[in-house]
Amino acid sequence: MKRRIPLLLSSLALLCADPVLAAGDGRLIATGGATSVEGAAGGGLIPWAVISGYGEQGQWSSTVFGTHVDLPDYNLDVTGLAFSYGNRVEFSYARQRFDLGTLAKKLSLPEDSLSQDIFGVKVRLFGDLIYDQLPQVSLGLEYKHQRDFLIPSLVGAQRDHDVEGYLTASRLFMGAAFGYNLVVNGGVRYSRANEMGVLGFGGDRRDTRSVLKEGSVAVLFNPRWALGVEYREKPDNLSFAGESDWADMFVGYFPNKHLAIVLAYARLGEIATLNNQNGTYLSLQGSF
Amino acid sequence: MKRVFAVAAFALLAACASKTPPPATDDSLYQALGQKPGITRIVEGMLLTVVKDPRIGQHFRNVDPGLLRDKLVEKFCVEAGGPCKYTGADMAEAHKGQRIDPSEFNALVEDLIKSMDAQKVPVPAQNRLLKRLAAQRAEVIDK
Repeated sequence: MKRRIPLLLSSLALLCADPVLAAGDGRLIATGGATSVEGAAGGGLIPWAVISGYGEQGQWSSTVFGTHVDLPDYNLDVTGLAFSYGNRVEFSYARQRFDLGTLAKKLSLPEDSLSQDIFGVKVRLFGDLIYDQLPQVSLGLEYKHQRDFLIPSLVGAQRDHDVEGYLTASRLFMGAAFGYNLVVNGGVRYSRANEMGVLGFGGDRRDTRSVLKEGSVAVLFNPRWALGVEYREKPDNLSFAGESDWADMFVGYFPNKHLAIVLAYARLGEIATLNNQNGTYLSLQGSF
Repeated sequence: MKRVFAVAAFALLAACASKTPPPATDDSLYQALGQKPGITRIVEGMLLTVVKDPRIGQHFRNVDPGLLRDKLVEKFCVEAGGPCKYTGADMAEAHKGQRIDPSEFNALVEDLIKSMDAQKVPVPAQNRLLKRLAAQRAEVIDK
C-alpha cells in the first residue's frame, strides 16, 4: 500500500490539475458513488446500480481508486480503475492483495499474501437513480482470477478463476429521511467465491454458486456528505473455516466531482479461522 | 442487518409507485424559502450563475432576464404552496426547441442548489423544492 499511495496521489493531482482531462460531468455530485472493493462503482463492500464517474448521455468518464482495509490479523489493499460511457455501461479492473499477516507467521505458510484480479462490466438496464419512475437497475458480471492458488487449494478451494453475476437496484428518495435524501440499494449475487475469491472459488463443502443478498441504506446530509450501512451475504463453501456475512457503517465525502473519500467501520467476522476481523476501511477515488 | 435488506427491498418497490407530486397542500415550503422575497433572491442568484455557466448559458442568451425572473419566481412560489399564480407557458411549451439534455438539466439543478446554499436555505427545504422540480424533468428535457 505504501508504494501505491504516491502513485495514487500523483494521479489524483494530475486530474485536478488538467481541466482538459475533465470529460463527462453531466451527473449530479455523488451520483457516481465511490468504488467498492471489487472495483465496481458503489459503496464499500458492495456494488450499487450507479455507473462510475459523472458521464451522462454521450460522455465518457473514468475513475481510479485505492482502498485499504485494516483488520486485526489481516490487511486488504485494492487498487484499480474504471471507464464508463453514457451513464450506461461501466468497465472496471481491480487488483486485490490480501495480506495474511498473523496467520502466515502462526502457521509458517508458504506465502504471506493472496492476490486476485477482477475484471468487471456493469450495464444499466433501465431506470434512474433520481428521476425516472423506476429505480436504476443494473446487471454486472465479474471475471475473477486468484493469482496465488497454493494455499486456497490446500484448504479445499476447487478452482482459481470464476465468473459471477449480480443484479442490483438503486434509488435516491428525495427528502425521505426526515427531509434529507435517502439512498437505498438492494441486489442479489450469484457466486461461489470464497472471501470474494481471495480464497478461490467453490469448496469441499459446496461447489455450486449461491444466490446471495446484498444491500445498503445511506442518508445524504447534503449533496456532499453521506452516512450509511451496508450488508453483504457470503457463501460458506470451505469446511476448514466459517465465512461470515459482511457489514459496515460508512461516511462518504464528495468535496467535488474529482474526489470521493469513504471511511468505514467494517465487520468482516471470521476469515480463514480467525474471528472478529472488524476494522477500518478507507477508500479514495479520483474521477475525470 | 437482514432487516436492512428487507427495508431496502420494500423501499425500492415503493419507488415504482412514485409519480409527480400533487399540488402543495400548505404553505410551509413557501415559508421555509423565505416567502416572495426569499424566492426572488434564490431565483436571481440562480440566474446570475446560470448566465455565466458555460454548460447552459447559451440557452438564456435570447431571453428577457426580468421576464424570466418574474415567471420563475411565480413558478417556484406556486410549487412551494405560496399565494401566487403562474402566468407563464407550461413546462413543455417553455422548453420547446431548446433540446435540453440530461446534463444541462443537472447543471441547472446544481446552479439552483448553489443559490439556495448561498441563501442559507436548510437542506430539507431545498430537497422539497428540488423534488417537485425533479418530477417535472420529463416535460423539460429533449423537447
